[in-house]
Amino acid sequence: MKILVAVKRVPITGGKMVLTEDAQAIQTRHLGFTISPHEECGVEEAVRIVEAQGGEVVVLTLGPAEAEEQLRESMALGADRAIHLVSDEEWDAQATASALLEAIRVEQPFDLLVFGNESADAGNYQVGIRIAYALGLPVVTGLKGLTVLDGRARCEQEVTGGRDVYDVPLPAVVTVREGLNLPRYPSVPAKLRANRKPVDARPVERPPSKLEKLRLVVPEGQGKQAEILGRGAEAAPAVVEVMQRLGVA
Amino acid sequence: MSVLVLIEPNDELSLQAVTLGRILDSDVHGLSVEPAQAPVDVLHVAELGGTYAPAAWAAATVQLVERLAPSAVVAPGSDRGNDVLAHVAARLDLPMAANVTEVRGEEVTRQRWGGTLLEEARLHADLKLLSAAPFAFAASDDASRARVETFVPNFTPADTAVRVVESISASTGGVSLADAKVVVSGGRGVGSSEGFAILEELAALLEAAVGCSRVVTSAGWRPHTDQVGQTGTKVSPDLYIACGISGATQHIAGCKGAKKLLAINADPEATIFGHADYAVIGDLHEIVPAISAELRKARAT
Repeated sequence: MKILVAVKRVPITGGKMVLTEDAQAIQTRHLGFTISPHEECGVEEAVRIVEAQGGEVVVLTLGPAEAEEQLRESMALGADRAIHLVSDEEWDAQATASALLEAIRVEQPFDLLVFGNESADAGNYQVGIRIAYALGLPVVTGLKGLTVLDGRARCEQEVTGGRDVYDVPLPAVVTVREGLNLPRYPSVPAKLRANRKPVDARPVERPPSKLEKLRLVVPEGQGKQAEILGRGAEAAPAVVEVMQRLGVA
Repeated sequence: MSVLVLIEPNDELSLQAVTLGRILDSDVHGLSVEPAQAPVDVLHVAELGGTYAPAAWAAATVQLVERLAPSAVVAPGSDRGNDVLAHVAARLDLPMAANVTEVRGEEVTRQRWGGTLLEEARLHADLKLLSAAPFAFAASDDASRARVETFVPNFTPADTAVRVVESISASTGGVSLADAKVVVSGGRGVGSSEGFAILEELAALLEAAVGCSRVVTSAGWRPHTDQVGQTGTKVSPDLYIACGISGATQHIAGCKGAKKLLAINADPEATIFGHADYAVIGDLHEIVPAISAELRKARAT
């Protein structure tokens, strides 16, 4: 099995969104960064499949030089090598798909290509699907369950009231969601090994955006004034009174 | 020009998408792949010839776009809505704006970070592909006018290759998180898997669902199905009780649909209080059992 997983570097935003002065990005000076959560589960799933069946996991990202951190994190989870398309700019989903596609074509054939259902930050819901169409492969999105066996993928989607199951032949594209698995905590030796694994980094030039970001805006609604019902256990009667008033007690 | 709206049967988010469609144009067509009711002028029902198949719905959409030449295709901001619209975008090689809250000519406002941040963007395309952000638009409730036209699209084998082969119904004993009137939710402050016993006790008294924050599922204290948040379930109860939850945007994205929010937290500076209607400051391990006891007392009298 040769599996590709695309990952994205995103900030850990904490409690409040603060924007840069030009309103083009989140102020990240005091923030840490992580692999977008859905994609971290994608890496874990790919590694588990290769651990069980043999093969190779290649991680791919489009992002600034610092995104090498997330590639190393992915390799600490067990991915074998990484491709880094380096750009400081933010790309729209269509352009992102084109850039990733170019890198993927060189590395084909993959048996399975794994994307996050949507990135935590931009939430465009489309990169994996665009790549599936460009490669002429079947795609199933939003997976919470995946079983790869005998050249087929059994894909489970969570829907209202249960799960829908799809069964597709490989090669295929899947997009996954957090909850598909619980990613491991990488061991210290795994992190050290990750530092020695190869990263193929190359600069890429962003084309004009067809969904062109103009500015970011923090929505209103933060900074509500809560009614303080009390401190400690003594607040219980006031809480029950509120519940009765709301008709839920 | 007309607008084409993708419709799922008995789906609140589809009715919200119709509202966005009406804002864009007075001539609104709907496209459904199952029999449905929708407050549109013409409802086209495409026969998929089998179980649900996202690419087939997209193929039908593209064929209808060729026939109607609409100015926009609007999808509900649901999993299926965003999925099928992205298929359409890939087929037509057009940009798509997901989870839109407002349209002003060529400019759109759309949600990022699960709705905790907005992006204003310009869409460079003659045909706009938009999904309507959940609960950004009131549901259209006028169901009187729809004329139904069934049509049989032309499918290639690839269009129908990916379809539902099995549906598994969840055997949940308790109240489902998405539909619960009350959610009792715990975060890092709960401290352990066992710590959730007092939350479960309160939830049982209120016929509520138990939820949790991402910290809790990452630590393995609760299953991911209990997670409320951007990467978990988005809830809209009458009352959301946040116990020992700090209020990270990841969590707020999942519970901002609650009508009222009660926060219980030991830290008076916790971000969650800025999103709360009611606050109790102190140790949840004392407060939650006290609320349960008070509820029992109130019911006994």
